[in-house]
Amino acid sequence: MSGQISGEWPLYEVFVRGKRGLNHVHVGSLHAPDDQLALRHARDVYTRRNEGVSIWVVRSSAITASSPDEKDPLFAPSGDKVYRHPTFYDIPADVPHM
Amino acid sequence: MSVVAEPEPEADPEADPKAEPESEAQLEARFQAVIARKDRIEPRDWMPDAYRRTLVRQVAQHAHSEIIGMQPEGSWISRAPSLRRKAILLAKVQDEAGHGLYLYSAAETLGVSRQELTEMLISGRQKYSSIFNYPTLSYADMGTIGWLVDGAAICNQVPLCRTSFGPYGRAMIRICKEESFHQRQGYELLATMMRGTDEQRAMVQESVDRFWWPSLMMFGPPDDASPNTAQSMAWGVKTHTNDELRQRFVDMTVPQAAALGVTLPDPDLVWNAERGAHDFGQPDWDELWAVVKGNGPCNTQRVAHRKRAWDEGAWVREAALAFANGTGTGTDDNDNDNDGTEPA
Repeated sequence: MSGQISGEWPLYEVFVRGKRGLNHVHVGSLHAPDDQLALRHARDVYTRRNEGVSIWVVRSSAITASSPDEKDPLFAPSGDKVYRHPTFYDIPADVPHM
Repeated sequence: MSVVAEPEPEADPEADPKAEPESEAQLEARFQAVIARKDRIEPRDWMPDAYRRTLVRQVAQHAHSEIIGMQPEGSWISRAPSLRRKAILLAKVQDEAGHGLYLYSAAETLGVSRQELTEMLISGRQKYSSIFNYPTLSYADMGTIGWLVDGAAICNQVPLCRTSFGPYGRAMIRICKEESFHQRQGYELLATMMRGTDEQRAMVQESVDRFWWPSLMMFGPPDDASPNTAQSMAWGVKTHTNDELRQRFVDMTVPQAAALGVTLPDPDLVWNAERGAHDFGQPDWDELWAVVKGNGPCNTQRVAHRKRAWDEGAWVREAALAFANGTGTGTDDNDNDNDGTEPA
């Protein structure tokens, strides 16, 4: 990890893959002094009951997130495009497998 | 968080450099056990080189097909007959770009880079689906592609949601969810034309006549001419043979064609009550091989178009990188003699 850390340990976000074949899913966060200990802590905090087969940890400061204030303008472009959904199209009920 | 990590090296061999590395045979056995219980292989797992190579080839070919697949339909966006149809076609082509990106990302987890993949497509070292080497001659083709080509793709892709390589399966799940719109808009388009004039009905029939056989070829050569199928099935990469999927597609499509009022151009197509399935004729496999080898109607122009887009986009990629690295120079800057060196 680059740079000296003073004071509080940095925050990490924890992602757990529940089982093979599934995506890693965000389960929570924790503080740790470095990446390796973040992984150990994540195991202890979030997978004590076999919740996962793989863990990712990433420094919270490394995540770029959309802002809640932007929610409307950010997602508005898909709001009026109902034709992207299969239900927009009328297919007679007697046409199978569609 | 005040959890104190205890030293317990034997509990986690991956974190302990002193642990004995597993032998190739042990790794192979563990891989085979995952496959045997129909579980998924994930990117950081050990996997045989041949498994990795097979997946890179298949996922890359799939990604390339989505990207090249934008061209036959993209050429009709400006000629779609209404704003509604234009918006739909645009959304569909946009989805195909997205599907290509999901799949390239899945391929990258196998250790190939995006740039390598693009270059292998442009140089012809990797293939894409033969179907996209056929031209789209009439607007009815927009409906036929949605109904038959995307219908065949769905038949192929639904079982791939359970393929043994995790990232590929997850990409397929996203794609299949979005693909349903593609097929339905195509069928609806054709149904609308079938309710129109005699000329429009003839356009639909002519389009179906052209796309039927190439759609059947999308499933690949017959099983006895598909040497890779057995190994792919043993690895759980494929779960059905080419002929099984082709049969499923024909059986699903026949009643849809009847409801639409079009004829499928196969004189041998007939219901076989004994098998509980349709008998049907074989596509011209020589034609498939000719198209795969580069001699289809549009191979040259499809790849040339992709190369042009890649070459003409080079300055955008370079400019974005320069901006991100803080090395971009403003127009007022005197340092315009770009010799490729970076400022210190």
